[in-house]
Amino acid sequence: MTSTTKAAGRPVRRRKMRRLTGRDKLVLGLLVGIPLVIHLALVWFPALASVFLSFTNWDGIGLNTIHGAGLSQYEQAFTNDPSFWPAVTNNVLWLVFLLALPTPFGIFLAYQLDKNIRFSRFYQTAIFLPMVISLAVVGFIWQIFYQPDYGLLNSLLGTNNPNGTYLDWLGDPKLNLGAVLVAAGWRHTAYIMILYLAGLKSFDPSLREAAAIDGANERQTFFRITFPSLRPVNVIILVVTVLEGLRAFDLVYVMGGNTGSKQGLELLSILITNNIVGESGKVGYGSALAVILLIVSLVVIIPYLVQNFRKEQR
Amino acid sequence: MTAQAPAKRVRTAVTAPRPVHKARRKVKPARVLLHVFLSVTALVWLIPLLWAVYTSLRPYEETASRGFLTFPKAITGENYVNAWQQAEFPHYFWNSILITVPAVLLTLFFAAGIAFFVTRFSFRFNLALLMLFTAGNLLPPQALITPLFQLYLKLPLPAWMSDSGLFYNSAWGVIAIHVAFQCGFCTFVLSNYMRTIPHEITEAALVDGAPVWRQFFQIILPLCRPAFAALATLESIWIYNDFFWALVLFQTGSKRPITSAIANLSGEFFTNPNLVAAGALMTAIPTLILYFLLQKQFVAGLTLGSSKG
Repeated sequence: MTSTTKAAGRPVRRRKMRRLTGRDKLVLGLLVGIPLVIHLALVWFPALASVFLSFTNWDGIGLNTIHGAGLSQYEQAFTNDPSFWPAVTNNVLWLVFLLALPTPFGIFLAYQLDKNIRFSRFYQTAIFLPMVISLAVVGFIWQIFYQPDYGLLNSLLGTNNPNGTYLDWLGDPKLNLGAVLVAAGWRHTAYIMILYLAGLKSFDPSLREAAAIDGANERQTFFRITFPSLRPVNVIILVVTVLEGLRAFDLVYVMGGNTGSKQGLELLSILITNNIVGESGKVGYGSALAVILLIVSLVVIIPYLVQNFRKEQR
Repeated sequence: MTAQAPAKRVRTAVTAPRPVHKARRKVKPARVLLHVFLSVTALVWLIPLLWAVYTSLRPYEETASRGFLTFPKAITGENYVNAWQQAEFPHYFWNSILITVPAVLLTLFFAAGIAFFVTRFSFRFNLALLMLFTAGNLLPPQALITPLFQLYLKLPLPAWMSDSGLFYNSAWGVIAIHVAFQCGFCTFVLSNYMRTIPHEITEAALVDGAPVWRQFFQIILPLCRPAFAALATLESIWIYNDFFWALVLFQTGSKRPITSAIANLSGEFFTNPNLVAAGALMTAIPTLILYFLLQKQFVAGLTLGSSKG
């Protein structure tokens, strides 16, 4: 349908273009120009500047102090910075965890909630609440939950005895990443559930019924019929999950005690932020870390958009 | 493809009863099991939240002496009153409003402008433009923050706009970065939406000699009202919930909106967990109200951008 209107519409639109007055062109120019300038200046310019600055050792003070430093900033990250590899490992763990547990669970919940059951709305609202609350508040809520002396978890487990077992969930470097991941998963499940639920609503139920008539059980129906036919939603969920894994910051910042850096909770995003907020003024080094984050994100974003918009063009 | 966005919205918003399923059936054990599973999940999901609410409603003296996992003798709102007064909540809420309202309005306006351009005027670069904005929106903020921070320290603003004289440490700077970032998502959604508006409508206006600005303001914008409602709800919650930009781009805590301010406040004023709980929950109340009032809009906005295709 789109292609026919487009083919027929093209000459019409050409004519229209010529009919635009000077004032019309000015209006259009401003409508697009202003946001484009803001977007380019505040998003893409810094992104490209990160790449450039990562090859310098700029201290951020005057523009004339930008000196080339070759690959030394990257070398510093790979070989010298004791928190770099833990941060990479934690980012990978974060991603693997989100993909392995909350994502499938969110899909599973969506599939169950789509069965036209009673109280579906209530279940959805309850599970979705974490998505409405800011990550910072989520961090505080879980901090209260994990608080070693009087938090719910330790009170129930009896692990709040300073003379016996005492589990400091957010302080102990062996425990804290897991504890934060539970909070992240809590929220991520809600996100995936609502995205998938919307996808399922667009899924033709007669396909499922046909499969049921053919004697397929529920599991077969899901894996062979529903899941493959929701490929666009699956791709979106994958992209969202990867990006969430890379963007993770707020939760760790708050649950790590608002200092931004805690052993066991290193993340690339946290290291970058520490580099700019601290007085060290290591712009070059912060940029090198940012470039690593940027490259990994673009590896996910570009194929997704190309695929998405190519479909649109057809 | 063409009529997709509105059609999907309707289907998402209304839990469409499917006639085949609707037929009354006997209660199957599988159904009961499903309900048990879903109620348990919902309850487990609510526990951390309920625990925070419970903590916030009990006086500190009582929980300190008797422990937290006890049956309450007293339920009180005093933690909320204390948090509200000690931490100057009204001040921080006001900061949040000062940032969120202009940022949402500007984002929607600019995004509508680009979407209008991209969908109504077939220029060569419209696809590239859409991809640029959408890709920008998906970048992790931390990948840009280092140069952006330096840029904000060097970009001047007139003194009447910012007492630092810079983008840094100014609400304008934070509004600008929100607009720059969120435009991507809104443009994406709005252009999908505007594509469903038939070209005949604007062509008719053109024949009547209506200039472009009237087509935009008087024809296209009013027709996009449903999409605006959904996006405004979603963006208000997102921008209000922002933690990172306001944390980094404000130097002084007193200028920060409430969501990033609580990080400081929790150390300074909230000396016990009951107060922390009350403070954190109060921060979440505006978003919860908005969500409960406009639940359909929120979910529609979230899925509008993603459920296409």
